[in-house]
Amino acid sequence: MAIIEVGDLSKTFTVPVREQGLRASVRSLVHREMKEVTAVDSVSFTIEAGEVVGFLGPNGAGKTTTLKMLSGLLHPTGGRCSVLGFEPKGRPSALLRQITLVMGNRNQLQWDLPALDSFELNRAIYRIPRADFVATRDELIELLDIGTLVTQPVRNLSLGERMKMEIADALLHRPQVLFLDEPTIGLDITMQRRIRSFVADYNTRYGATVILTSHYMADVQALCKRVIVIHHGRLVFDGDLTALSDRFTTQRTIRARLADGEEITILAARADTASATARLLAEHDVVDLTIEDPPIDDVIEQVFADAHDAP
Amino acid sequence: MIALYAAHMRYSVLQQFQYRAANYFYMIGMIAEPVVYLVVWSTIARAHGGSIDGLTPGGFAAYYIVWTLVRNMNIVLTPFAWEERIKDGTFAGQLMKPVHPIHEDIAGFMGWKLVVLLLWVPIAIVLVLLFRPTLSPTLLQGVVFFFAIWGAYLIRAIMQWSLGLITFWTTRVAAIFEAYYLSEMLLSGRVFPLVLMPKWFQTLTWYFPFRWSFSFPIVALTGPIEDRDLFIGLGMQVAWILFGIGVLSLVWPRAVRRFSSVGG
Repeated sequence: MAIIEVGDLSKTFTVPVREQGLRASVRSLVHREMKEVTAVDSVSFTIEAGEVVGFLGPNGAGKTTTLKMLSGLLHPTGGRCSVLGFEPKGRPSALLRQITLVMGNRNQLQWDLPALDSFELNRAIYRIPRADFVATRDELIELLDIGTLVTQPVRNLSLGERMKMEIADALLHRPQVLFLDEPTIGLDITMQRRIRSFVADYNTRYGATVILTSHYMADVQALCKRVIVIHHGRLVFDGDLTALSDRFTTQRTIRARLADGEEITILAARADTASATARLLAEHDVVDLTIEDPPIDDVIEQVFADAHDAP
Repeated sequence: MIALYAAHMRYSVLQQFQYRAANYFYMIGMIAEPVVYLVVWSTIARAHGGSIDGLTPGGFAAYYIVWTLVRNMNIVLTPFAWEERIKDGTFAGQLMKPVHPIHEDIAGFMGWKLVVLLLWVPIAIVLVLLFRPTLSPTLLQGVVFFFAIWGAYLIRAIMQWSLGLITFWTTRVAAIFEAYYLSEMLLSGRVFPLVLMPKWFQTLTWYFPFRWSFSFPIVALTGPIEDRDLFIGLGMQVAWILFGIGVLSLVWPRAVRRFSSVGG
């Protein structure tokens, strides 16, 4: 069943334009020049219940704008979208009780109080029955390993610890749909791994649908079978992560270790991989052989480059 | 809704206890304004043979000491705060909650007032000892005053919240807000008791919300005021609150549609 349906979704912002300098400043008092910027341009996709989908694109591609439209923060200027059967732009309370938006660079917790106090406030806001609240809170504390941190003022926590608190706070009402906008931004490798494993765990336990944006390909590889790539507001790819590599890369890397200890690396055209491998095996005494797709970062870079070159 | 308000108030009290020193300095600073008015008007009263329009130095003292309580009670989210909360992403966070964000602000400031009231008591005692107010309210005045200070708070909270929404249309809002505050200063009874003003000026103040969020609660307690006028005053407060809710329900959906969430 499709949980999220998006059809020709568009968002255009009207922004003021002003050249630098005093003259331009004075002129803008009388006449303010405006221009339209298209952030999202006729994007369409559907997402099924329980899917974890990576939403990829360079800065300014329109990822966050799309997430904000899906969560009801922004009103689309064209097309349509529905989440859990609701139109998000009216921000119906029944929808907001079932979704959450976590932004990696934003702090929603009160700085000077322990996170437990913020959790308690969210209990009242979402009208969570006390028993359910305690069960979910304790489960999240355990899953995120934040038992010793929830009683400390948020300002005393590290960035990674704060992020875990933000995530716990955002999930107390057990949302069915999670919009995670760069949840691991600025975190060290260990903390990134912990957040990733938590998201995977949450998805498995509750069957939650997750849309994740991240510039760290490790996040996407660890969590998302399917990716949607957006560039200049347009959807350029929607499919399996593996298919992304097949479609956008022309070469694979063949590495061989020979009996005498020498290592050989060959870049072969994707279509010629089998014949190049056969040739290598026939011509050398190979003891170990690997065939690799290019790193996903390189694939994504290639996707963006192709999209940029496209008319 | 009661549970929600109680939770927000509790949260706000916890927060404000973290800032108790800052709150106390704020209170002391805030006292300076009415003390200046009080000294000036008391001096003028003495120069005019002991009273002006029936207000003696003791009457002025009562007016301005009650002023300090009413002022603390009617402090609300300033419209200037909107730009910042949009920029730092706080507003986006509020929009993601399944309740109208105005409730968080109204309940939050209500909680803040509970802390401020505690801090206000010793300051009020010092002011009473220094300026010897003449104050003998009836029971009815006391009861009406209790409701009137909350009415005053709601009028200011809803009006200034609605005013802050102009931020969604233009970033050049400071001049509009300043004009609003100037009008409030003159027409509310903040600088001078309205009874000292000409009749036409007093009549003019009826057509603005300011009198009902400042002068009315003060005079309800200090008098002189007829019982009938106490009820008319409460009625006017209810009318302005309903008017504010009407304006807000018209403006809010349009404002939120213009939200561009640039800050997060």
